[in-house]
Amino acid sequence: MEVGVERRENAKVIAVKGRIDHLNASVFHEQLIPHLQHCRSDGDSIVLDLTGLDYISSAGLRIFMIAAKQARAQGGRIAVAQMQALVQEIFEISHFHLVYEIFTTTDEAVAALGRQAETAGA
Amino acid sequence: MQIRFWGTRGSLPAPLTTDAIRVKLAAALTAAQNMKLETPAAIDDFIAQLPFSVSGTFGGDSSCVEIIDSEGTHVLCDLGSGARRYGTEMLRRYGPKQPQTYHVFMSHPHWDHIMGFPFFTPAFIPGNRILIHGCHDGLEAAFRRQHGAPSFPVDFNQLPASIEFVQLQPGVSADIAGYKVTPLLQRHAGDSYGYRFEKNGKCVVYSTDSEHRTENSAETEAFAAFFRNADLVIFDAMYSLADAVSVKEDWGHSSNIIGVELCQLAGAKRLCLFHHEPVFGDVQLEDILRQTRRLEEITRDGAPLEIISAWDGLVIDL
Repeated sequence: MEVGVERRENAKVIAVKGRIDHLNASVFHEQLIPHLQHCRSDGDSIVLDLTGLDYISSAGLRIFMIAAKQARAQGGRIAVAQMQALVQEIFEISHFHLVYEIFTTTDEAVAALGRQAETAGA
Repeated sequence: MQIRFWGTRGSLPAPLTTDAIRVKLAAALTAAQNMKLETPAAIDDFIAQLPFSVSGTFGGDSSCVEIIDSEGTHVLCDLGSGARRYGTEMLRRYGPKQPQTYHVFMSHPHWDHIMGFPFFTPAFIPGNRILIHGCHDGLEAAFRRQHGAPSFPVDFNQLPASIEFVQLQPGVSADIAGYKVTPLLQRHAGDSYGYRFEKNGKCVVYSTDSEHRTENSAETEAFAAFFRNADLVIFDAMYSLADAVSVKEDWGHSSNIIGVELCQLAGAKRLCLFHHEPVFGDVQLEDILRQTRRLEEITRDGAPLEIISAWDGLVIDL
Protein backbone atom coordinates (compact mmCIF):
# COMPACT_ATOMS: atom_id res chain seq x y z
CA MET A 1 0.00 0.00 0.00
CA GLU A 2 1.35 3.42 -0.98
CA VAL A 3 0.07 6.90 -0.19
CA GLY A 4 0.97 10.02 -2.18
CA VAL A 5 -0.16 13.58 -1.48
CA GLU A 6 -0.62 16.42 -3.93
CA ARG A 7 -2.09 19.90 -3.29
CA ARG A 8 -4.76 21.00 -5.77
CA GLU A 9 -6.33 24.41 -5.12
CA ASN A 10 -7.59 24.28 -1.52
CA ALA A 11 -7.66 20.49 -1.38
CA LYS A 12 -5.17 17.81 -0.60
CA VAL A 13 -5.49 14.95 -3.04
CA ILE A 14 -4.33 11.79 -1.32
CA ALA A 15 -3.70 8.96 -3.77
CA VAL A 16 -3.90 5.48 -2.31
CA LYS A 17 -2.44 2.53 -4.20
CA GLY A 18 -2.44 -1.20 -3.62
CA ARG A 19 -4.48 -3.04 -0.97
CA ILE A 20 -5.66 -1.99 2.46
CA ASP A 21 -6.48 -4.88 4.76
CA HIS A 22 -6.19 -5.90 8.39
CA LEU A 23 -2.41 -6.18 8.04
CA ASN A 24 -1.76 -2.58 6.98
CA ALA A 25 -4.87 -0.56 7.90
CA SER A 26 -3.14 0.95 10.94
CA VAL A 27 -0.23 2.10 8.73
CA PHE A 28 -2.73 3.76 6.39
CA HIS A 29 -4.35 5.46 9.37
CA GLU A 30 -0.99 6.81 10.61
CA GLN A 31 -0.28 8.25 7.17
CA LEU A 32 -3.69 9.91 7.08
CA ILE A 33 -3.62 11.46 10.56
CA PRO A 34 -1.44 14.53 9.78
CA HIS A 35 -3.69 15.47 6.86
CA LEU A 36 -6.90 14.87 8.80
CA GLN A 37 -5.77 17.32 11.47
CA HIS A 38 -5.84 20.10 8.85
CA CYS A 39 -9.15 19.06 7.34
CA ARG A 40 -11.18 21.80 9.05
CA SER A 41 -13.70 24.44 8.13
CA ASP A 42 -10.81 26.90 7.76
CA GLY A 43 -8.35 24.36 6.36
CA ASP A 44 -7.86 21.90 3.53
CA SER A 45 -10.44 19.63 2.04
CA ILE A 46 -9.36 16.04 1.38
CA VAL A 47 -9.98 14.08 -1.79
CA LEU A 48 -9.02 10.42 -1.55
CA ASP A 49 -7.97 9.43 -5.06
CA LEU A 50 -8.60 5.70 -5.23
CA THR A 51 -7.51 5.11 -8.83
CA GLY A 52 -4.78 2.75 -7.70
CA LEU A 53 -6.64 1.09 -4.82
CA ASP A 54 -7.12 -2.56 -5.80
CA TYR A 55 -8.86 -3.84 -2.66
CA ILE A 56 -10.07 -2.60 0.69
CA SER A 57 -11.14 -4.79 3.61
CA SER A 58 -13.35 -3.96 6.57
CA ALA A 59 -10.28 -2.87 8.54
CA GLY A 60 -9.48 -0.34 5.81
CA LEU A 61 -13.06 0.84 5.59
CA ARG A 62 -13.02 1.43 9.34
CA ILE A 63 -10.18 3.94 8.77
CA PHE A 64 -12.33 5.64 6.12
CA MET A 65 -15.10 5.91 8.72
CA ILE A 66 -12.74 7.39 11.31
CA ALA A 67 -11.52 9.89 8.72
CA ALA A 68 -15.06 10.93 7.72
CA LYS A 69 -16.13 11.37 11.35
CA GLN A 70 -13.06 13.40 12.26
CA ALA A 71 -13.31 15.65 9.20
CA ARG A 72 -16.99 16.34 9.80
CA ALA A 73 -16.46 17.00 13.50
CA GLN A 74 -13.91 19.63 12.53
CA GLY A 75 -16.19 21.16 9.89
CA GLY A 76 -13.95 19.84 7.11
CA ARG A 77 -14.85 18.22 3.81
CA ILE A 78 -13.69 14.82 2.59
CA ALA A 79 -14.66 12.76 -0.47
CA VAL A 80 -13.48 9.86 -2.56
CA ALA A 81 -12.87 9.80 -6.30
CA GLN A 82 -11.99 7.53 -9.21
CA MET A 83 -12.75 4.23 -7.55
CA GLN A 84 -12.12 1.01 -9.40
CA ALA A 85 -15.28 -0.99 -10.05
CA LEU A 86 -14.42 -3.62 -7.42
CA VAL A 87 -13.76 -1.05 -4.70
CA GLN A 88 -16.95 0.80 -5.62
CA GLU A 89 -18.93 -2.43 -5.18
CA ILE A 90 -17.33 -3.01 -1.78
CA PHE A 91 -18.28 0.56 -0.82
CA GLU A 92 -21.88 -0.05 -1.83
CA ILE A 93 -22.23 -3.48 -0.18
CA SER A 94 -20.79 -2.13 3.07
CA HIS A 95 -23.00 1.00 2.80
CA PHE A 96 -20.00 3.33 2.72
CA HIS A 97 -21.56 5.04 -0.30
CA LEU A 98 -23.93 6.51 2.31
CA VAL A 99 -20.95 7.86 4.28
CA TYR A 100 -18.83 9.37 1.49
CA GLU A 101 -19.52 11.61 -1.45
CA ILE A 102 -18.23 9.67 -4.45
CA PHE A 103 -16.92 11.45 -7.56
CA THR A 104 -16.07 9.98 -10.92
CA THR A 105 -12.89 12.05 -11.26
CA THR A 106 -10.51 13.79 -8.91
CA ASP A 107 -11.04 17.07 -10.80
CA GLU A 108 -14.78 16.91 -10.12
CA ALA A 109 -14.16 16.19 -6.46
CA VAL A 110 -11.71 19.10 -6.04
CA ALA A 111 -14.13 21.46 -7.78
CA ALA A 112 -17.15 20.28 -5.78
CA LEU A 113 -15.41 20.54 -2.42
CA GLY A 114 -14.15 23.99 -3.42
CA ARG A 115 -17.69 25.13 -4.20
CA GLN A 116 -18.93 23.73 -0.87
CA ALA A 117 -16.18 25.66 0.91
CA GLU A 118 -17.22 28.89 -0.82
CA THR A 119 -20.87 28.30 0.09
CA ALA A 120 -19.86 27.72 3.69
CA GLY A 121 -17.85 30.93 3.63
CA ALA A 122 -14.58 29.23 4.41
CA MET B 1 -24.42 -33.90 10.37
CA GLN B 2 -27.41 -31.58 9.84
CA ILE B 3 -28.13 -28.12 11.17
CA ARG B 4 -31.72 -27.03 11.72
CA PHE B 5 -32.59 -23.41 12.46
CA TRP B 6 -35.48 -22.89 14.87
CA GLY B 7 -34.86 -19.20 15.48
CA THR B 8 -32.70 -16.84 13.44
CA ARG B 9 -33.78 -13.31 14.43
CA GLY B 10 -31.54 -11.06 16.50
CA SER B 11 -32.40 -9.15 19.66
CA LEU B 12 -36.17 -9.60 19.60
CA PRO B 13 -38.69 -11.87 17.84
CA ALA B 14 -40.14 -10.22 14.75
CA PRO B 15 -43.40 -11.88 13.65
CA LEU B 16 -44.60 -11.48 10.09
CA THR B 17 -47.52 -9.06 9.86
CA THR B 18 -50.74 -9.24 7.86
CA ASP B 19 -49.58 -6.29 5.77
CA ALA B 20 -46.37 -8.11 4.90
CA ILE B 21 -48.30 -11.25 3.91
CA ARG B 22 -50.60 -9.19 1.66
CA VAL B 23 -47.55 -7.72 -0.11
CA LYS B 24 -46.25 -11.26 -0.73
CA LEU B 25 -49.64 -12.43 -2.01
CA ALA B 26 -49.93 -9.48 -4.35
CA ALA B 27 -46.45 -10.14 -5.73
CA ALA B 28 -47.20 -13.85 -6.21
CA LEU B 29 -50.55 -13.18 -7.91
CA THR B 30 -48.95 -10.61 -10.18
CA ALA B 31 -46.28 -13.10 -11.16
CA ALA B 32 -48.97 -15.75 -11.77
CA GLN B 33 -50.80 -13.74 -14.42
CA ASN B 34 -50.96 -15.61 -17.72
CA MET B 35 -49.52 -18.74 -16.07
CA LYS B 36 -51.29 -22.10 -16.40
CA LEU B 37 -51.49 -23.31 -12.82
CA GLU B 38 -53.98 -26.11 -13.22
CA THR B 39 -52.35 -28.84 -11.13
CA PRO B 40 -50.81 -28.95 -7.64
CA ALA B 41 -47.46 -29.81 -9.25
CA ALA B 42 -47.65 -26.76 -11.51
CA ILE B 43 -48.45 -24.59 -8.50
CA ASP B 44 -45.52 -26.08 -6.55
CA ASP B 45 -43.16 -25.44 -9.49
CA PHE B 46 -44.42 -21.87 -9.77
CA ILE B 47 -43.92 -21.23 -6.05
CA ALA B 48 -40.42 -22.72 -6.22
CA GLN B 49 -39.29 -20.20 -8.82
CA LEU B 50 -40.58 -17.18 -6.89
CA PRO B 51 -38.03 -15.12 -4.93
CA PHE B 52 -37.74 -16.41 -1.35
CA SER B 53 -38.94 -13.04 -0.06
CA VAL B 54 -42.24 -13.73 -1.87
CA SER B 55 -42.64 -17.49 -1.34
CA GLY B 56 -41.30 -17.60 2.20
CA THR B 57 -39.99 -15.63 5.14
CA PHE B 58 -36.74 -15.53 7.05
CA GLY B 59 -38.86 -15.80 10.16
CA GLY B 60 -39.26 -14.14 13.45
CA ASP B 61 -38.07 -16.35 16.30
CA SER B 62 -34.93 -15.47 18.21
CA SER B 63 -31.78 -17.61 18.30
CA CYS B 64 -32.11 -21.38 18.55
CA VAL B 65 -30.12 -23.80 16.39
CA GLU B 66 -30.13 -27.60 16.48
CA ILE B 67 -27.19 -29.82 15.59
CA ILE B 68 -28.37 -33.23 14.41
CA ASP B 69 -26.30 -36.38 13.99
CA SER B 70 -27.06 -39.96 13.08
CA GLU B 71 -26.83 -41.07 16.71
CA GLY B 72 -29.90 -39.15 17.79
CA THR B 73 -28.26 -36.93 20.40
CA HIS B 74 -30.11 -33.69 21.13
CA VAL B 75 -27.85 -30.64 20.83
CA LEU B 76 -29.02 -27.04 20.76
CA CYS B 77 -27.31 -23.69 20.60
CA ASP B 78 -29.17 -21.05 22.60
CA LEU B 79 -32.73 -21.02 23.88
CA GLY B 80 -34.30 -18.05 22.15
CA SER B 81 -37.97 -18.05 21.27
CA GLY B 82 -37.32 -20.69 18.57
CA ALA B 83 -36.84 -23.21 21.39
CA ARG B 84 -40.62 -23.26 21.90
CA ARG B 85 -41.28 -24.89 18.52
CA TYR B 86 -38.30 -27.22 18.99
CA GLY B 87 -39.74 -28.36 22.32
CA THR B 88 -43.14 -28.93 20.75
CA GLU B 89 -41.53 -31.07 18.05
CA MET B 90 -39.72 -33.14 20.70
CA LEU B 91 -43.02 -33.72 22.51
CA ARG B 92 -44.65 -34.80 19.25
CA ARG B 93 -41.73 -37.12 18.49
CA TYR B 94 -41.18 -38.74 21.90
CA GLY B 95 -44.35 -38.04 23.89
CA PRO B 96 -44.22 -37.64 27.65
CA LYS B 97 -43.08 -41.21 28.45
CA GLN B 98 -39.71 -41.49 26.70
CA PRO B 99 -37.16 -39.51 28.74
CA GLN B 100 -34.53 -37.74 26.65
CA THR B 101 -31.25 -35.93 27.34
CA TYR B 102 -30.76 -32.48 25.87
CA HIS B 103 -27.44 -30.62 25.62
CA VAL B 104 -27.72 -26.85 25.25
CA PHE B 105 -24.77 -24.55 24.56
CA MET B 106 -25.35 -20.96 25.58
CA SER B 107 -23.64 -18.09 23.78
CA HIS B 108 -24.66 -15.78 26.61
CA PRO B 109 -27.66 -15.11 28.84
CA HIS B 110 -29.08 -12.01 27.15
CA TRP B 111 -32.85 -12.13 27.06
CA ASP B 112 -33.31 -13.00 23.39
CA HIS B 113 -31.14 -16.09 23.91
CA ILE B 114 -32.97 -17.48 26.96
CA MET B 115 -36.56 -16.30 26.42
CA GLY B 116 -37.70 -19.62 24.92
CA PHE B 117 -36.85 -21.65 28.01
CA PRO B 118 -40.04 -20.93 30.01
CA PHE B 119 -41.93 -22.45 27.04
CA PHE B 120 -39.46 -25.28 26.42
CA THR B 121 -41.67 -28.37 26.77
CA PRO B 122 -38.86 -30.83 27.64
CA ALA B 123 -38.31 -28.91 30.91
CA PHE B 124 -41.88 -29.78 31.96
CA ILE B 125 -41.53 -33.55 31.45
CA PRO B 126 -40.34 -35.65 34.40
CA GLY B 127 -37.41 -37.89 33.57
CA ASN B 128 -35.92 -35.57 30.97
CA ARG B 129 -32.37 -34.39 31.60
CA ILE B 130 -31.32 -30.96 30.36
CA LEU B 131 -27.66 -30.00 30.53
CA ILE B 132 -27.07 -26.31 29.92
CA HIS B 133 -23.42 -25.73 29.02
CA GLY B 134 -21.79 -22.32 29.08
CA CYS B 135 -18.84 -20.24 30.16
CA HIS B 136 -20.68 -17.55 32.14
CA ASP B 137 -20.58 -17.69 35.92
CA GLY B 138 -24.08 -16.25 36.19
CA LEU B 139 -25.84 -18.49 33.68
CA GLU B 140 -28.00 -20.39 36.18
CA ALA B 141 -28.95 -17.18 37.97
CA ALA B 142 -30.15 -15.68 34.68
CA PHE B 143 -32.41 -18.67 33.99
CA ARG B 144 -33.78 -18.67 37.54
CA ARG B 145 -34.44 -14.91 37.44
CA GLN B 146 -36.45 -15.30 34.23
CA HIS B 147 -38.69 -17.89 35.91
CA GLY B 148 -39.15 -15.88 39.09
CA ALA B 149 -42.16 -13.74 39.99
CA PRO B 150 -43.35 -11.40 38.65
CA SER B 151 -41.83 -12.39 35.29
CA PHE B 152 -43.25 -15.93 35.01
CA PRO B 153 -45.79 -17.98 36.98
CA VAL B 154 -43.81 -21.26 37.16
CA ASP B 155 -40.77 -21.02 39.40
CA PHE B 156 -37.57 -22.68 38.18
CA ASN B 157 -37.65 -25.07 41.18
CA GLN B 158 -41.03 -26.38 40.04
CA LEU B 159 -39.73 -27.63 36.68
CA PRO B 160 -40.04 -31.45 36.68
CA ALA B 161 -37.06 -32.20 34.43
CA SER B 162 -33.55 -32.56 35.81
CA ILE B 163 -31.73 -29.37 34.85
CA GLU B 164 -27.97 -29.08 35.27
CA PHE B 165 -25.62 -26.22 34.50
CA VAL B 166 -22.20 -27.23 33.21
CA GLN B 167 -19.35 -24.74 33.35
CA LEU B 168 -17.05 -24.72 30.32
CA GLN B 169 -13.74 -22.91 29.96
CA PRO B 170 -13.04 -20.71 26.93
CA GLY B 171 -10.30 -22.14 24.76
CA VAL B 172 -10.52 -25.55 26.43
CA SER B 173 -12.04 -28.36 24.34
CA ALA B 174 -14.44 -30.81 25.93
CA ASP B 175 -16.00 -34.07 24.73
CA ILE B 176 -19.77 -33.66 25.06
CA ALA B 177 -22.44 -35.81 23.44
CA GLY B 178 -19.81 -37.24 21.14
CA TYR B 179 -18.69 -33.82 19.91
CA LYS B 180 -15.39 -32.10 20.48
CA VAL B 181 -16.67 -28.71 21.65
CA THR B 182 -14.39 -25.68 21.91
CA PRO B 183 -15.70 -22.36 23.27
CA LEU B 184 -14.15 -19.00 22.37
CA LEU B 185 -14.61 -15.66 24.14
CA GLN B 186 -16.28 -13.03 21.92
CA ARG B 187 -16.66 -9.26 22.18
CA HIS B 188 -20.18 -8.48 23.45
CA ALA B 189 -21.66 -6.66 26.44
CA GLY B 190 -21.22 -9.06 29.36
CA ASP B 191 -19.18 -11.36 27.06
CA SER B 192 -20.43 -14.03 24.71
CA TYR B 193 -18.93 -17.31 23.59
CA GLY B 194 -18.77 -19.00 20.22
CA TYR B 195 -18.64 -22.80 19.93
CA ARG B 196 -16.78 -24.99 17.50
CA PHE B 197 -18.34 -28.46 17.19
CA GLU B 198 -16.39 -31.31 15.58
CA LYS B 199 -17.55 -34.86 14.98
CA ASN B 200 -16.84 -37.58 12.40
CA GLY B 201 -14.75 -35.23 10.26
CA LYS B 202 -17.42 -32.49 10.14
CA CYS B 203 -17.25 -29.10 11.80
CA VAL B 204 -19.78 -26.37 12.50
CA VAL B 205 -19.04 -23.09 14.27
CA TYR B 206 -21.80 -21.20 16.08
CA SER B 207 -20.61 -17.61 16.52
CA THR B 208 -23.32 -15.11 17.27
CA ASP B 209 -23.50 -11.87 19.22
CA SER B 210 -19.90 -11.14 18.45
CA GLU B 211 -18.39 -7.82 17.43
CA HIS B 212 -15.15 -8.04 15.50
CA ARG B 213 -12.38 -5.47 15.41
CA THR B 214 -10.50 -6.46 12.30
CA GLU B 215 -7.95 -3.71 12.90
CA ASN B 216 -6.67 -6.00 15.66
CA SER B 217 -4.65 -8.54 13.66
CA ALA B 218 -4.20 -10.94 16.57
CA GLU B 219 -7.97 -11.03 17.15
CA THR B 220 -8.62 -11.55 13.45
CA GLU B 221 -6.13 -14.41 13.28
CA ALA B 222 -7.67 -15.99 16.41
CA PHE B 223 -11.13 -16.03 14.85
CA ALA B 224 -9.75 -17.28 11.54
CA ALA B 225 -8.19 -20.18 13.48
CA PHE B 226 -11.51 -20.79 15.28
CA PHE B 227 -13.33 -20.94 11.92
CA ARG B 228 -10.50 -22.88 10.19
CA ASN B 229 -11.79 -25.26 7.49
CA ALA B 230 -15.26 -25.34 9.06
CA ASP B 231 -17.99 -26.91 6.97
CA LEU B 232 -20.32 -24.19 8.21
CA VAL B 233 -19.90 -20.94 10.15
CA ILE B 234 -23.10 -19.52 11.65
CA PHE B 235 -22.27 -15.84 11.93
CA ASP B 236 -23.79 -12.72 13.47
CA ALA B 237 -24.32 -10.47 10.42
CA MET B 238 -26.83 -8.13 12.01
CA TYR B 239 -25.57 -4.76 10.75
CA SER B 240 -24.08 -3.21 7.65
CA LEU B 241 -20.35 -2.60 8.08
CA ALA B 242 -20.88 1.18 7.95
CA ASP B 243 -23.29 0.97 10.90
CA ALA B 244 -21.13 -1.54 12.80
CA VAL B 245 -18.11 0.79 12.79
CA SER B 246 -20.01 4.01 13.46
CA VAL B 247 -23.40 4.52 15.14
CA LYS B 248 -23.58 0.88 16.29
CA GLU B 249 -19.97 0.49 17.36
CA ASP B 250 -19.78 -1.33 20.71
CA TRP B 251 -23.30 -2.70 20.28
CA GLY B 252 -21.75 -6.16 20.12
CA HIS B 253 -22.64 -7.33 16.63
CA SER B 254 -21.01 -7.77 13.29
CA SER B 255 -21.62 -7.52 9.56
CA ASN B 256 -21.82 -9.66 6.43
CA ILE B 257 -18.56 -8.10 5.20
CA ILE B 258 -16.54 -9.30 8.19
CA GLY B 259 -18.20 -12.71 7.99
CA VAL B 260 -16.97 -13.13 4.42
CA GLU B 261 -13.49 -11.91 5.27
CA LEU B 262 -13.05 -14.18 8.28
CA CYS B 263 -14.42 -17.23 6.47
CA GLN B 264 -12.17 -16.55 3.49
CA LEU B 265 -9.16 -16.24 5.80
CA ALA B 266 -10.21 -19.45 7.54
CA GLY B 267 -10.88 -21.49 4.42
CA ALA B 268 -14.41 -22.25 5.64
CA LYS B 269 -16.81 -23.90 3.19
CA ARG B 270 -20.09 -22.17 4.06
CA LEU B 271 -21.05 -18.92 5.76
CA CYS B 272 -24.55 -18.64 7.16
CA LEU B 273 -25.76 -15.10 7.90
CA PHE B 274 -27.57 -15.20 11.23
CA HIS B 275 -29.06 -13.03 14.01
CA HIS B 276 -31.00 -10.89 11.55
CA GLU B 277 -31.79 -7.31 12.47
CA PRO B 278 -35.47 -7.31 13.60
CA VAL B 279 -36.31 -4.16 11.64
CA PHE B 280 -35.31 -5.80 8.34
CA GLY B 281 -38.07 -7.31 6.22
CA ASP B 282 -37.71 -10.27 3.90
CA VAL B 283 -36.89 -8.18 0.83
CA GLN B 284 -34.07 -6.41 2.67
CA LEU B 285 -32.64 -9.67 4.04
CA GLU B 286 -32.78 -11.21 0.57
CA ASP B 287 -30.94 -8.18 -0.79
CA ILE B 288 -28.25 -8.54 1.88
CA LEU B 289 -27.83 -12.20 0.87
CA ARG B 290 -27.47 -11.23 -2.79
CA GLN B 291 -24.92 -8.52 -1.98
CA THR B 292 -22.96 -10.85 0.28
CA ARG B 293 -22.76 -13.49 -2.45
CA ARG B 294 -21.52 -10.80 -4.82
CA LEU B 295 -18.88 -9.66 -2.31
CA GLU B 296 -17.66 -13.25 -1.96
CA GLU B 297 -17.48 -13.55 -5.73
CA ILE B 298 -15.46 -10.37 -6.34
CA THR B 299 -13.07 -10.92 -3.42
CA ARG B 300 -12.59 -14.69 -3.87
CA ASP B 301 -8.98 -15.83 -3.70
CA GLY B 302 -9.24 -19.59 -3.53
CA ALA B 303 -12.08 -22.07 -3.20
CA PRO B 304 -15.60 -20.60 -3.32
CA LEU B 305 -17.33 -19.83 -0.04
CA GLU B 306 -21.02 -20.73 -0.15
CA ILE B 307 -23.18 -17.98 1.35
CA ILE B 308 -26.50 -18.86 3.00
CA SER B 309 -28.92 -16.73 4.96
CA ALA B 310 -30.59 -18.51 7.87
CA TRP B 311 -34.37 -18.74 8.09
CA ASP B 312 -36.59 -20.40 10.64
CA GLY B 313 -36.99 -23.98 9.43
CA LEU B 314 -33.89 -24.10 7.24
CA VAL B 315 -31.99 -27.40 7.32
CA ILE B 316 -28.40 -27.56 6.10
CA ASP B 317 -26.74 -30.92 5.35
CA LEU B 318 -23.00 -30.95 6.02
